[in-house]
Amino acid sequence: MELLAAAFAMFYQFGDAFAFLVIASAGLAVIFGMMRIINLAHGEFIMCGAYVTAVAARTGLPLALAILLGAITAGLIGMLIERLVIRHLYHRPLDSIIATWGISLIATQGVLIVLGSTMAGIGTPLGSVEVGGQTFSAYRLVLMACAGALLIGLYLLFYHTRFGVLARATIQKPETARALGIDTRRVYGLTFGLGAALAGLAGGLYAPTMTMVPTMGATFIVESFVTVVVGGADIFVGAAPAAAILAVIKATLTAGYGQLFGQIGLLVAVIVVIRLLPGGLSAWIKKTGR
Amino acid sequence: MSTVFNLKGGLLSLASATAFAWGAAAIADDETIKIGVLEDQSGDFAAATNVKVNAIRLAADEINEAGGIDGQPVELVIYDTQSDNRRYQEFMRRVLQQDEVDVVFAGFSSASREAYRPIVNQFDGLAFYNNQYEGGVCDSNMIVTGAVPEQQFSTLIPWMMEKYGPNVYTIAADYNFGQISAEWVREIVEEEGGSMVGEEFIPLGVSQFSQTIQNIQQSDADFVVTLLVGAAQASYYEQAASANVDLPMASSVNVGQGYEHKRFTPPSLADMYVTTNYIEEIDTPESNAFVEKFREMFPDEPYINQEAANSYIAMNLYKQMVERAGTTDHDAIRAVLAEGDVCFDGPSGRTCLDPESQHMSHTIYLARVNDDHSISFPKVWDDIEPYWLGDAGCDLTVNDPSAQYTPSNPPPAN
Repeated sequence: MELLAAAFAMFYQFGDAFAFLVIASAGLAVIFGMMRIINLAHGEFIMCGAYVTAVAARTGLPLALAILLGAITAGLIGMLIERLVIRHLYHRPLDSIIATWGISLIATQGVLIVLGSTMAGIGTPLGSVEVGGQTFSAYRLVLMACAGALLIGLYLLFYHTRFGVLARATIQKPETARALGIDTRRVYGLTFGLGAALAGLAGGLYAPTMTMVPTMGATFIVESFVTVVVGGADIFVGAAPAAAILAVIKATLTAGYGQLFGQIGLLVAVIVVIRLLPGGLSAWIKKTGR
Repeated sequence: MSTVFNLKGGLLSLASATAFAWGAAAIADDETIKIGVLEDQSGDFAAATNVKVNAIRLAADEINEAGGIDGQPVELVIYDTQSDNRRYQEFMRRVLQQDEVDVVFAGFSSASREAYRPIVNQFDGLAFYNNQYEGGVCDSNMIVTGAVPEQQFSTLIPWMMEKYGPNVYTIAADYNFGQISAEWVREIVEEEGGSMVGEEFIPLGVSQFSQTIQNIQQSDADFVVTLLVGAAQASYYEQAASANVDLPMASSVNVGQGYEHKRFTPPSLADMYVTTNYIEEIDTPESNAFVEKFREMFPDEPYINQEAANSYIAMNLYKQMVERAGTTDHDAIRAVLAEGDVCFDGPSGRTCLDPESQHMSHTIYLARVNDDHSISFPKVWDDIEPYWLGDAGCDLTVNDPSAQYTPSNPPPAN
């Protein structure tokens, strides 16, 4: 029984780290993997989702709907920004980094000016579960389930829907896709919107557990970039296994040596991967799989 | 809801900050007393520090209405340091060299104070640090009005140990404030015959605490000392509450500084005990009058914290010292300070500056956060002096080491 409790505690820490890495990085991975745009405003889409969720939840909307609303709002804003800014920079990756960074600064300062330096939180639902004398937040288990559902959902979307086929065709051979009558501009817009919505979803899901401040996106950004860099361009054979590996590194080091070493571990992992596997895990898996 | 839709207040403070800075560059008038204000109006610490700037504005307004300092009006030169230590260095140089201010009110985090302190020393400026902190700064260029560990921990920790038990777990922000404060907690716990069952340092910016929460639950702590700093680390309370960590908490920074009990949904902060020299719930005539005039001038202010009161008191102490010295010259001001009777009856009661350490005595309130996040005060300690630095050998009336000391690194015996 004691062993079971210890195993659960270990699984919980791993799952918690895994969920955070997957949920935080999914939007970034979609936009980078599909479109080769490095979106430095990722954290601000997360913040946007969190703020909308908190406001909606406080007006009485059920939390699940509030989170959905946060994701949709971030997605719509993402599509708007794609139309106004990103669309003109598809062949200028460095410029798109600067542009999205600018958007992130404007968003953070704008929210600070309009809404003030902090906002009241909404409280974590569901209470706690007890396993072997220790109590764990039940909502964190929901987050783990969400991370799994998110990966499955994205897989189904990209490999079993018409949008997925069009998106993959557009990304692989844009000219051919256009010649076949695909409205590639619309596909780009929708894909960027999807990435932004996933970021908004991350914000919404974590809003009940965090302090609401305009800079809150920054606490996600390091770990999501680490995941995407280690994973490489493909979210399924890249970001997902990367999140699993990094979660093991982080959970083990944090348990053994504290939070600081957990963070150091992530950064060392990135350095090692960039040195040994410049294309990330996905390039390596695809190459060795062939 | 006022914090959510704070459009007017936010724009106003932005506009006035710019106006003050511009005004300073344009007017080079010897007839005004210039006060530099470097505080974080944006970034990680803004929630706790915007109010300090407003407290300084309130005091400046009052002083000017009453005829200024010694007949000279006060002019504020305000810069937003953006919770960024490099900005502190940049703006500290600017106010001292370019704006030529008479005194500077600066800094929230201890890291920012240590970033600008060498520059104040270099130009022989005078700076007020109006923040509670880990203690130990023995520097004639600094006047500290915030509370220090011997005021906050030597009251709090023994009281907590008596009520809840001897086993203590500390979680602290991993920089000088957290490290030195944790050392103080450790010393006091051991002195009182208790034991540390855990101590964990968290890098600034960390927002996920599952493992920390599990470690605390596995220890047999009787209470947890939380010395977490900044918006991201404050996520701990919500996560600990949802994991049902049913332990009382003790802190020197929360509530009194970041009003977490107002920002978080009850009961995530329930059963937290904080020793502070001021918060707006303190129900004395002086405090109520202060809150009333503050809200009259800044109706959108979310919370009036201990730093606001300290900044307000600091302005009035400075006025008193300049008037008694008859000049803003530092040596003259230090001579007044050395007389040992620079006191002010302010929102937190009577406070006096100690000439040896240039720190301030305080009435220390033990604030308890109740289940509904209301505040009660189970205990008040009157007139606690900042004794440690003086006892340890810091005497700024005699020499000026310009150093920061800790219990494990005390001043050299002279």
